[in-house]
Amino acid sequence: MTAPQAQGGPQDTVRQPLVELDDVAKFYGNIKALEGVSLEVHAGEISCVLGDNGAGKSTLIKIIAGLHRHDAGRFLVDGEETTLANPRDALERGIATVYQDLAVVPLMPVWRNFFLGSEPTTGAGPFKRLDVRLMRETTRSALLRMGIDLRDVDQPIGTLSGGERQCVAIARAVHFGAKVLVLDEPTAALGVKQSGVVLKYIAAARDAGLGVVLITHNPHHAYLVGDRFVLLKRGVMAGSHTKDSITLDELTRQMAGGSELEELSHELERATGPGPADTV
Amino acid sequence: MTAGPGSSAVIDERLLRTSPLRKLLGRPELGSVVGALAVFLFFAIVADSFLRATSFGTVLYAASTIGIMAAPVALLMIGGEFDLSAGVMVTSSALVSSMFSYQMTANVWVGVFVSLLVTLAFGAFNGFMLTRTKLPSFIITLGTFLMLTGMNLGFTKLISGSVSTKTIGNMEGFPSARKLFASYWTVGGVELKVTLLWWAVLVAVATWILLRTRFGNWIFAVGGGADAARAVGVPVIRTKIGLYLGVAFAAWVSGQHLLFSYDVVQSGEGVGNELIYIIAAVIGGCLITGGYGSAIGSAVGAFIFGMTSKGIVYAEWNPDWFKFFLGAMLLLATLLNAWVRKRAEATK
Repeated sequence: MTAPQAQGGPQDTVRQPLVELDDVAKFYGNIKALEGVSLEVHAGEISCVLGDNGAGKSTLIKIIAGLHRHDAGRFLVDGEETTLANPRDALERGIATVYQDLAVVPLMPVWRNFFLGSEPTTGAGPFKRLDVRLMRETTRSALLRMGIDLRDVDQPIGTLSGGERQCVAIARAVHFGAKVLVLDEPTAALGVKQSGVVLKYIAAARDAGLGVVLITHNPHHAYLVGDRFVLLKRGVMAGSHTKDSITLDELTRQMAGGSELEELSHELERATGPGPADTV
Repeated sequence: MTAGPGSSAVIDERLLRTSPLRKLLGRPELGSVVGALAVFLFFAIVADSFLRATSFGTVLYAASTIGIMAAPVALLMIGGEFDLSAGVMVTSSALVSSMFSYQMTANVWVGVFVSLLVTLAFGAFNGFMLTRTKLPSFIITLGTFLMLTGMNLGFTKLISGSVSTKTIGNMEGFPSARKLFASYWTVGGVELKVTLLWWAVLVAVATWILLRTRFGNWIFAVGGGADAARAVGVPVIRTKIGLYLGVAFAAWVSGQHLLFSYDVVQSGEGVGNELIYIIAAVIGGCLITGGYGSAIGSAVGAFIFGMTSKGIVYAEWNPDWFKFFLGAMLLLATLLNAWVRKRAEATK
């Protein structure tokens, strides 16, 4: 698409990414968790980060979400170089993160979860209280706008299915005016149909003008909705592509480790012969 | 964006309308209310004097002394933490108040005020240690429990020369302080202590905080999923320290009641009460793992405690059996709560 450097004018002569990572690295003690990773997130686009377990996806997400600080490289929000202090800092800059397993507090009602951390209040002094009616109604209408019809916003959110919970969390981020939505493996624990539903809401968030970072290890899901793809392997960037420069098959092959997969298939073929005797 | 996923916003035909009964079953206190009725009926049948109005005053008083502490302990448990030091903290608070006034020959109100500061400092210590060290609250407060127990005995012997404090009954300010912390009214022959008022106010405030304030929302969140709460910007550390300060405040109220009911304090008192507060909170529907419960439930739990402890006396049984009943009640209530919650959440 456009050149990554938008030095000249921040005004839209060149479209400036909402969030940009440039050659970012992160170390935990003497362990290189992430090195040389570059990523652009544009408004109305979905940038996918693909990688196997241990590839550094969680580290990357934690840097963007403000949970960890990067140790090297540049992290730009709206073209301005920054280091996020904490998750709240990230939220204030419009970066909302939806985590795979800790998106919500299961025992709390849907409406309490929806507003958690940003509760509206009414009244003053000692009578300052939650605006419960507003919270309930807003939750219902915000979910409805995303296409989720939830008649009882009072039910504990834990009683919803995994897909519905992800959708509520996405709707919450959209409602609170996030500019960048970071999704950590939103389809990892879901069935085929549920995954489809969640992908639809991700597309809805993109159509609403958000920049989306989709972290996943499923190239099929990524290719369905993604505009850009960044491949991570053992903490380093193994590839960066736009949608028109790569096919699904190629993406899948790179993601699965190409030659490694072929090797594995040979190994498995051999294993069928003598039986499951020799293990790892 | 209305066109895209908006089309899928059809009414889910699998979603049944929630009946009012199911809504009622979903309340955390329900199990304890059923339990309280059962206990009430039981003692009404086996103990003749249980139904007398005077007995009721006694039962309520016993319930209030536990209930004052059970309300903030319930909030703390909803926030996912324990406080094993709550029982002896009450005694510490009374001792500080009494000994400060006596040693300084000051107006007892000075001692009362100093005691408030010291007790809040104990609470802050618990909260601070917990959030700094990230050790389980069970260990932290077990430590404070033992330290306070030792300090209560040690300091009292060192300062007063015996295991109890000197009387402050004839000191300045004593009558007015007694009025606030340990007075009573007689209504129709029934003695109603002022602790009932403290209890009611604390439960009402705790319920208000829990259900209608941002802080309350955060209490549920830090207990039900601290990481999820932190990720959306909830100040987890501040919330937990606030909860420990709440327990400390109630310990101060209880401690002053202990002091002004008589005019001396026994330094060995309070040990074991921390478990009774927790039991009252659990009977009242608090989940031991946090994230769920109610302050009103803790009041019902305290009421069950009052009925059982006094009912055994009215039934003229050996009071040694009290602990057995309390234990059985705890198990029954927890089972009932678990069952009720399962029914209520079986909406999926």
